[in-house]
Amino acid sequence: MAKADILGDSLWDAYSNKVTTLMNNPQHQGEIFEGEAEKRGHKLIVADFGAESCGDAVRLYWEIDPKDDKIVNSKFKSFGCGTAIASSDVMTELCIGKTVQEAVKITNIDVELALRDDPETPAVPPQKMHCSVMAYDVIKKAAGLYLGVDSESFETEIIVCECARVSLGTLQEVIRLNDLTTIEQITDYTKAGGFCKSCIRPGGHEAMDYYLVDILADTRKEMDEEKMKAAADAMAGGEASFETMTLVQQIKAVDAIIDENVRQFLIMDGGDMEIIDIKKNDEYIDIYIRYLGACNGCASSATGTLYAIESTLKEKLSSNIRVLPI
Amino acid sequence: MKVYLDNNATTMTDPLVVEAMQPFFTDLYGNPNSLHKFGTASHPAISKAIDQVYTAINAADADDVVFTSCATESNNWVLQSIWIDHILNGEKNHIVTTEVEHPSILSTCKFLEDQGVKVTYLPVNEEGVVESHTVKSFITEKTALVSIMWASNETGMINPIEEIAEICKEKGVLFHSDAVQAVGKIPVDLQSLQIDFLSFSAHKFHGPKGIGGLYIRNSQALSPLLHGGEHMGGRRSGTLNVPFIVGMGEAMQLATQDIQATMAKIRSKRDRLEDELVKLSDTFVVGNRNNRTPNTILISIKGVEGEGMLWDLNNGQIGASTGSACASEDLEANTVMLAIGADNELAHTGIRLSLSRFTTDAEIDYTINHFKEAVARLRGISSSFAKQQPTKGGEVQECELHHH
Repeated sequence: MAKADILGDSLWDAYSNKVTTLMNNPQHQGEIFEGEAEKRGHKLIVADFGAESCGDAVRLYWEIDPKDDKIVNSKFKSFGCGTAIASSDVMTELCIGKTVQEAVKITNIDVELALRDDPETPAVPPQKMHCSVMAYDVIKKAAGLYLGVDSESFETEIIVCECARVSLGTLQEVIRLNDLTTIEQITDYTKAGGFCKSCIRPGGHEAMDYYLVDILADTRKEMDEEKMKAAADAMAGGEASFETMTLVQQIKAVDAIIDENVRQFLIMDGGDMEIIDIKKNDEYIDIYIRYLGACNGCASSATGTLYAIESTLKEKLSSNIRVLPI
Repeated sequence: MKVYLDNNATTMTDPLVVEAMQPFFTDLYGNPNSLHKFGTASHPAISKAIDQVYTAINAADADDVVFTSCATESNNWVLQSIWIDHILNGEKNHIVTTEVEHPSILSTCKFLEDQGVKVTYLPVNEEGVVESHTVKSFITEKTALVSIMWASNETGMINPIEEIAEICKEKGVLFHSDAVQAVGKIPVDLQSLQIDFLSFSAHKFHGPKGIGGLYIRNSQALSPLLHGGEHMGGRRSGTLNVPFIVGMGEAMQLATQDIQATMAKIRSKRDRLEDELVKLSDTFVVGNRNNRTPNTILISIKGVEGEGMLWDLNNGQIGASTGSACASEDLEANTVMLAIGADNELAHTGIRLSLSRFTTDAEIDYTINHFKEAVARLRGISSSFAKQQPTKGGEVQECELHHH
C-alpha cells in the first residue's frame, strides 16, 4: 500500500464519461423481432450469454442481410451493472455495418477502447474489464449460429486471461524468457490477472480452464527439469562447471575426485572419509567432510591430508572450494 | 431531494451529539489522567457518558464497558485474546461462529485458523438466521468461544440471542455477540441475558465514527489487545478519547431512552416503504419483518442487477446498498447472500434500504416513486424481460460463464 491506496478509488469515479452516458441512456437497447426482419428480407440472429443467476446476462440481436452477410441492424438487452450495459451498447454499435466475418474479430479490448474518453485512460476500473469480455463472447456465439459453426472455432489460441486476452503460449514464453517466479511479475509483464483476477487461481469470479498459478508452476517445473537435464548432459560431456551443478551432482563430482585421487591413500593407512554436506556462500563453496577409521584423530588430518584433499578438489573442480573437517 | 437509506453502513451524527462533544475540543481538552484541573475538568462528563452507556445496555456495576476505537477493534480484541488466554495458554482449541458475520469476525477467525485454531462457521437458514439447535450441536469440550452477531447488517434479521446465550451458559462456554446492528435499533438488556462479551459502535446509532465499546461481563479476565499506559484499568491503553466518549454516551442515550416508541415510528415508515415496493411484480423481501431490525429491508428485484439499481437510485440522490458481486472491489458475491442461498438471484439483485429515526415520510414517498421508475427503466433494458426468444442454439443452458 502507498498513499494513493489509503482511500481506495470509488468504483464509479473510475468510469469514463462515455460509460456513464451510455449507462444512463443506451443507444441500441431494444429488440428486433423475427417477423420484422423477415419482412425486410433479412435473417435475425439472437444469442444469449450469461444468466441472471450468474450476475450478468446479455442478449444480442443481429439483423443480417443474407446477400452479403452484412449486419444491417443490431440491438441488445442486458441484465447487468452500468459497465455491462455500456459495453453491450458499444458492442452493438461496433457490429452495425460489418459483415459477420468482420464482426467476429471485435474483441473485448476493442469494446473497452471504444468506451474510453481519451486513448490513454482506461474506461473502467480493472475488475470491471470482464464486463466487456461478455460482449466478445456473445458476438462469437451469434456468429457461430449464423455461420453454423462452433463459436469456439473462432479462437485460434487458448486464451487464459480473457480480460487482457493473453494466451497460454504467450504466458509460457514470457515466464521462460524473463525467468518469472511470481504471479505479480506475470501481471506486470503481460497484464494477465490484472483485471477480474478469475484466471489467477481457482475460486475467483469465474471458473476457468487454465489458471496462472498452474501455468507458472508447470512452466517452472519444465524449466527446472530442462536445467537439470542440461547440467547432466554437460557433466556427461565433461563441460559442466562445478558452481552450476545441483547439490547431488556436486556431491557425486567430489566423490569421484576423492575416489580417483585421495581415497586409496587414506585406506592404505587404515582410514577413510565421507562427505557430510556442501554449502555455498558468497565467497566459498564449503565441503564438510568427516574422517573415518584411523584418519579420525590422526595428526595430519588437520594439516597435510586436509591440504592434499583441498588442493586436489580446487584443482579439479573449483578454486572456491574450502574443505572443512567436522 | 436527497435521501439517505444506508443507515446500516453508517448514520448521520445527531446534531445534539455534536453539540455535546463540542466543549471537549477547545475548552476542556486536558488529559483526564493528568492531576491538574485541565485534566480533571472532563471527569464529570466522562462519568456521565459511562452512566449513559451502562444504562443503554443495562450493564451491571460489576461489569466492564471499555471504550474502543470501533467494533472492529472490539471484535478483534475478544477473538485474539480468547485465543491467547484459552487456546495458546489453555486447554481449548475451538471457536464457533457463523458464515454471515462481519469481516472483522470472519477475517480474524481466518487468521486464527492459520495459527492452528479450529473454527466452525455455522450455516444460516433461508431467512439468514442461525438456529440455536445448530449452535448447540457444534459446541464441544474444546470450544473456547461462541461468537454470533445479534442482528445482521445485510438482512436485519435478528438471531435467537437469548436461546444461544442460554445454551452457552448451560455448556459453560464463553459467548460473544457483535451487537453493532442491535444496539440503538432494538432493546439490549445485558442483565436479563448471559452474554460474556458484546461489541458495539457509535456511528451506527447517530454517534461519531471512531469510537465503540466492548462490554465484559463481571469484569472477567481478557488479555488486553492494546498495551500501554494502563488506561481504563489497564484493559485498553491509549489516552481517553474524551469528546468521542462523551458523544457516544449522548448518542446511546438518545437512541435507547425511548426505544420502543422510536422503533415503532421507524417501523411504520419501513413497513409502508416495503409494502409499496413489494407491489412491484417479481420481487421479494428477505425474512419475516417481525424478526428484523425495524429499519431494514433487503429486497430482490427480478431482472435488475444490484449495482445498476444502485446507480439509478444514486442518480435520484438516494443512497442505498447492494450485496451484488459487481459492486464489490473483488467481484466476490456477498457471503451473506450466498449463505441464504436464495436461488443465487439475491446475490445479484438484492438492494438494501436502511432507515433511521431521521428518515421522513416525504423521503419515503420520494423513494417509492423513484424506486419504481428505476425498476421500470432497468427492466426495460433487462434481458430477463425480453420477448424475442433466442435463435435455436443461442440459449444459455445454465450458468456457463460464472460459477460463484
